[in-house]
Amino acid sequence: MLEAVLLGFLFSLFLVFSGSYLRGRLAVLSSLIPLSLFIYFSTFISEIADGKVFYENHEWVPSFGVNLSFTLDGLSLLFALMITGVGTMVFVYSSAYLKNHNYLDRFYGYLSLFMAAMLGLVLSDNLMSMFIFWELTSISSFYLIGFNNDKEDSRKSALIALGVTGIGGLMLLGGAILLGDVAGTYRISEMLSSREAIADSSHYVLILIFIFSAAFTKSAQFPFHFWLPEAMKAPTPVSTYLHSATMVKAGVYLLFRMTPVLNGAEIWHTVLIVVGGITMIYSAIHIIFRTDLKGILAYSTIAALGILVFLIGIGTQAALVAAAVFIVVHALYKASLFLITGIIDHETGTRDVTQLAGLRKVMLPVAIAGFIAALISGGVPPTLGFVGKDLIYESTLHFKDNAILLTIIALSTNVLLFYAGFIAGVKPFMGKLPKKFEKIRLPSPLMWIPPLIMTLAGLVFGLFPGLIETAVAKPIAMAQALQFEEFHLKLWHGFNPILALSATTLVLGTVLYFVLKPKHSLEVTIAKLDSIAPKTLLLNLSEGFAVFSKFWTNFFQTGYLRHYLFIVVSFLILLLGYLIFSDFSLSIDTSSLAELTIYEISILIMLLLGVLYTVFTKSRLAAVASLGVVGLSFSLLFLFYSAPDLAMTQFSVDTLTVILFVLVLYKLPKYLNLSDIRLRIKHGIISVSFGVLITILILKVLSEPKNTEVTEFYAENAYKLAHGKNIVNVILVDFRGTDTIIEISVLIVAALGVFGLLKLKLKTKDKK
Amino acid sequence: MEILLAIITGVLYASGIYMIMRRSMVKLILGIILLGNGVNLLIFVLGRITKGKPPIIDSAEKVLEGVYADPIPQALILTAIVISFGLQAFAIILMKRTFKVLKTDDLDQLNTTDEDS
Repeated sequence: MLEAVLLGFLFSLFLVFSGSYLRGRLAVLSSLIPLSLFIYFSTFISEIADGKVFYENHEWVPSFGVNLSFTLDGLSLLFALMITGVGTMVFVYSSAYLKNHNYLDRFYGYLSLFMAAMLGLVLSDNLMSMFIFWELTSISSFYLIGFNNDKEDSRKSALIALGVTGIGGLMLLGGAILLGDVAGTYRISEMLSSREAIADSSHYVLILIFIFSAAFTKSAQFPFHFWLPEAMKAPTPVSTYLHSATMVKAGVYLLFRMTPVLNGAEIWHTVLIVVGGITMIYSAIHIIFRTDLKGILAYSTIAALGILVFLIGIGTQAALVAAAVFIVVHALYKASLFLITGIIDHETGTRDVTQLAGLRKVMLPVAIAGFIAALISGGVPPTLGFVGKDLIYESTLHFKDNAILLTIIALSTNVLLFYAGFIAGVKPFMGKLPKKFEKIRLPSPLMWIPPLIMTLAGLVFGLFPGLIETAVAKPIAMAQALQFEEFHLKLWHGFNPILALSATTLVLGTVLYFVLKPKHSLEVTIAKLDSIAPKTLLLNLSEGFAVFSKFWTNFFQTGYLRHYLFIVVSFLILLLGYLIFSDFSLSIDTSSLAELTIYEISILIMLLLGVLYTVFTKSRLAAVASLGVVGLSFSLLFLFYSAPDLAMTQFSVDTLTVILFVLVLYKLPKYLNLSDIRLRIKHGIISVSFGVLITILILKVLSEPKNTEVTEFYAENAYKLAHGKNIVNVILVDFRGTDTIIEISVLIVAALGVFGLLKLKLKTKDKK
Repeated sequence: MEILLAIITGVLYASGIYMIMRRSMVKLILGIILLGNGVNLLIFVLGRITKGKPPIIDSAEKVLEGVYADPIPQALILTAIVISFGLQAFAIILMKRTFKVLKTDDLDQLNTTDEDS
């Protein structure tokens, strides 16, 4: 399985070097990649149908429990087949759709990158590797949405999609870490055994919030749905592949995969049913107000995703089977409808449904595909759509509470989806052909064969539901539901309420199709509500955040040294002050004051006067001179308190510094009185409080006993080991000799710097 | 005595930071030097002070015994003094150079990389 995942990555890498060969007629050959993967995964069908599950583990970062472990069960097989199957169709289609495009190789590169990431996502058994593949799908989707990167709104849509799904990815990471923490493993298959522990854990709700946010952003659930219609700026093959058939179902996949692990509590069901329900009905109603074919399809896709989330929320075996079947149904008809829209757009140059009519006369095979797709979408027997819809009604009708309400929601959504399917798949082909479209010819078979294949597949699966039952529905039901009950998918159930509901859907949908015509005026009406739409609100939020962070940055990053220092020191004062005064006890030992000699006192007074004069004098020369006094007092201090080496060093260093200063000083201007008095008082208060805190800190430390272990070691061994009698010297040149060498190199670097600064001659043009 | 040294250290810290916050580059360097001296004194005081007992082994002895000043803070401070000399020398020359090129020692006029400002 690792090879299968890597194949796409390797192919896109290969395109980096040899993509130019692929731009011409050879492009269609790249569809061999998904096709071979499709065949590879098909070989597993019979064994998986027998209930077998395949595992594969490759160690990656075993110390963190992050491994490339893959699992192939009914659920991942369904998605893998969908990804590679629809992928093959899209790869074939794109070679004609983007024929002679300058960046066709790049397009295929992104597309196969995406396919590989998506395969990795659905095959991962490890939550961490799933997160990585999840983010990779977001990133490749960013490039694909923004493929027409010379258009501003393409770039903007790509950014919105990346923003929304990227945040979702981070949520998944959070959820993964928490789950791994509670369950003790990142492997989903091992988490099943800690199901109860997870449900009882105090983090359960937090985990749900993380996982839900990840799934809802990726699968465009309300109120994060707005990125999906935006993403329709992508070339149509991308919308087909990513934004209807595969990527947007990643969130559904995550919920599906997590169902056995997380559905222990009522809140799981409640949230999913509510969010799925709102999404269904909200976006289904939006369909009425759209005239752009892709817009209609985008909103019907969101509605379909809502149905899936809703079904997973119901969570009975019947509902899960319904969801699995509906995933197949939706992939088949929605991908076809998108491809058909792409053909229409490509040939006529418009996607405005109010202008399109009569195209069956010039592109009959496309019209047939569109018609079948509409039938599947509407759930008309004998297509697979009918089977799917029956299952949905069955699960809503038998849900334990609010069955009637849920059924009504499902019914209205299905009616509107019926309408959407017919508007997109049938309306453009019916009626009288306008004059301007008469010259249109049937496009390359590479474009119309893929949708035809997929729609015919939907028809065949409908006639023989047993195929889907053994290959998809049963393995998934066995893997997901806790208790497995035998069931059969059938086209004909006999006369019962479910049939009545299906018939009602068909009748209402047909009525709606004939009564309601897409109108521009409706689109204008709904646009008035944009100011309270979730999209506007969330975008305003992100804009507000940008303004806030700009303010925040400008507040702290002023570019003034004193400002930075002010912040750092104030923070230190607060922190240190809190620490010191939260437990304030100070015992000052005043006894040593009695032993003060006149020398000590005069040194200290000299030091103090030197410091104060340095600070307050108005003359630079006086400041430097008094700095020299400070240095010399330090020498005396060191000498007095048993540090002769320090005294000598301080003496020579200070003398040198003062000389250097004076040499430079006469080239500098006089002190300017730059700060106003208020600023000086403010800085003075801050500095003095910091000084006071340091003093208190020293006194507190002095009242603690001192550890003399290391000191004793040196006193003991300075002569024995290093044969030196001056211990300070021995430490510097022997025990810590390497440090001293490094110190000398620092000095050399400083000396080189000084030399360079003195000798460097700027050329005249640099001086300007 | 430690109390007085602690107070002096506080004074050095306060005046160092106050000077660094000025706009003149000369004062900035003076501030750095004062702050550096304050840090040295902090380390010195925390190592406890001892009068007239340098950490030097008597010529007749092999091991240092009895009361003696702690050699470790001294070694640390010695390193610090030398390094800060390198820093000061570099800073002073850099200031000279900056003034020569830009004709200002006002730090507020140096917070941009744009040549024309």
